[in-house]
Amino acid sequence: MPLTPVLTKRFGTNQPWKIDNYEALDGYTGLRKAVGMPPEKVTAIVKDATLRGRGGAGFPGGMKWQFIPQDGAKPHYVVVNADEGEPGTCRDLPLMMNDPHSMIEGTIIACYAVRAERAFIYIRGEAVHAIRRVTRAVREAYERGYLGADVLGAGFACDITVHNGAGAYICGEETALLDSLEGKRGQPRLKPPFPATNGLYDAPTVVNNVGTLASVPYIILGGANWFREMGPEGSPGPSIYSLSGRVANPGQYEAPMGTTLRELLDLAGGMSRGKELKFWTPGGSSTPLFTREHLDVPLDFDSVVKAGSMNGTSALMIFDEDDSVVRAVYKWSKFYEHESCGKCTPCREGTYWYVGIYERLLDGRGTKEDIDTLLDVSDNILGRAFCALGDGAVSPVVSSIQYFRDEYEALIRQPVEVAS
Amino acid sequence: MTGSQNFRTATLTLDRPGDPTVFGDDVRAAAAELIARYPAGQERSALLPLLHLVQSEQGYVSPDGIAFCADTLGLTKAQVAAVVTFYTMYKRKPTGEYLVSVCTNTLCGMLGGDEIYAALSQTLGVGMNETTPDGAITLEHAECLAACDYAPVVTVNYEFFDNQTVESAGDLVARLQAGERPLPTRGAPLCTFKEIERQIAGFADERPESLDAEATGAPTEVGVKLAIERKESAPSYSIGRE
Repeated sequence: MPLTPVLTKRFGTNQPWKIDNYEALDGYTGLRKAVGMPPEKVTAIVKDATLRGRGGAGFPGGMKWQFIPQDGAKPHYVVVNADEGEPGTCRDLPLMMNDPHSMIEGTIIACYAVRAERAFIYIRGEAVHAIRRVTRAVREAYERGYLGADVLGAGFACDITVHNGAGAYICGEETALLDSLEGKRGQPRLKPPFPATNGLYDAPTVVNNVGTLASVPYIILGGANWFREMGPEGSPGPSIYSLSGRVANPGQYEAPMGTTLRELLDLAGGMSRGKELKFWTPGGSSTPLFTREHLDVPLDFDSVVKAGSMNGTSALMIFDEDDSVVRAVYKWSKFYEHESCGKCTPCREGTYWYVGIYERLLDGRGTKEDIDTLLDVSDNILGRAFCALGDGAVSPVVSSIQYFRDEYEALIRQPVEVAS
Repeated sequence: MTGSQNFRTATLTLDRPGDPTVFGDDVRAAAAELIARYPAGQERSALLPLLHLVQSEQGYVSPDGIAFCADTLGLTKAQVAAVVTFYTMYKRKPTGEYLVSVCTNTLCGMLGGDEIYAALSQTLGVGMNETTPDGAITLEHAECLAACDYAPVVTVNYEFFDNQTVESAGDLVARLQAGERPLPTRGAPLCTFKEIERQIAGFADERPESLDAEATGAPTEVGVKLAIERKESAPSYSIGRE
């Protein structure tokens, strides 16, 4: 599988975050083309491209746009989910820091397509350098007439507000993000109704991830068929695979959807310290762990599900045989416990139980019943929590017991040393 | 146990009613500017920015800051306090000049972040969310900072110091305590915690020396460089083609 830089193609070029340099490399030509078409046509192209949401859920992007009712009196909104925080995920920040205009151009095109005059970019508060560059890029876009009362003289108005968060993983969940954007605690809302009809300020709202929107200008320029030339039919396009952990050359590798870890490891120079691969996440910590036996699973939205996990954010955290899977899962569980918003009981209490049990296990006080309790707690979270955070917390626990039960059992006999 | 805070353990010092008048006209003007960025009738959307703003004045969200936000937006102090305690970035105690955050989520933690946090905690003599007696450094362990390809990472006032070791992180805090400002690996030259909070409130530093500061590195560019080396690319398209 060849590398196919599209979203990352400007990385390493001369100051790609500046609008002159962006324009010199085809920047804003997608928007010019889009505003020459009826909005419905723009949506149709994105839908035909089968652009699946890069934020993790893989929901078809064009369909989200199509769901926006076009007959009501309420204003429409586009909200960019730039609250990147899924453990292992590190591709939206580099994109916003290095090529913020592609996301902004995609956002303006989305506004045009769904007839929204207002977009908000909800950026994770800690991402200060991304905030700086996106804020500046939005200002540049106004100065060049890509934003404002009459975008490119096409008779459509579009404003973008950059909104910075305050440190809460749950705000990556789209309805929690909307509540947070409304100045509340970031807790998820009951669905339905969905944001498409009752989103920001109870108005029709599209919430898309940074990478999803950044893909849009290229799809408009290249066409749906061009996008589908890369990757498998149901889950096409280029994907930024973020490799981290025990790998020789960690980083961002943009390749067609459906690339395997074996191929990616080969590109990344193999493992980092001469040890064998032991476990890895195909799409962040909320996706069930894979092992060596999954080296040849095509990493796209459909194939990964068939193999028992999820493509998620294509964040590949790679661990080797010297890494304790129980310690890894303990730390992820602590993360979910800390980030659980507290709204629903299964997630709030379940993640708390996880942490207690893992501490006992790692402390050498574990019993065989603890493994069963972990699975029982998992049963009571999975599918019973208010949003996907609960299900995400279950993923590493159950998959690690499934593949490494012997390591749990060995730990019950012989505890390991665990820092902090 | 590390002193993690969440909705269960979060406490807020509300030992006094709070005095919104401690904030001057300049802060009120800044607040008005932030509020004006949201649609009419949706002023509450400015609450998160406003909390960053009061934090930029006092170094934490104090009872005064809560009273100010409540007053400005027509909310009750309880409504504001409920929001404050939900978000990690709002500090409940005065924060030092530099907030040093060590990622101890799984990936960074297992690649050395846990050791870095333990070493810094010992060297500085402070625990989670505690500040050194000289007021220079507040230490915290952070969740995933979206820089896993640069693990283990430490941030100072949220600017990235990538690929840290116990030694390099120790050197970093020593220099901070000595009054130096080492350059981040990715991000703008350091400012104070209060100054960065003003930026996060919505007044980003757009001076060239900040904006143009490094934001890339080998992991960010590794894929695209390899593609050039291997003469690989995405299928081409001609602009203007339907």
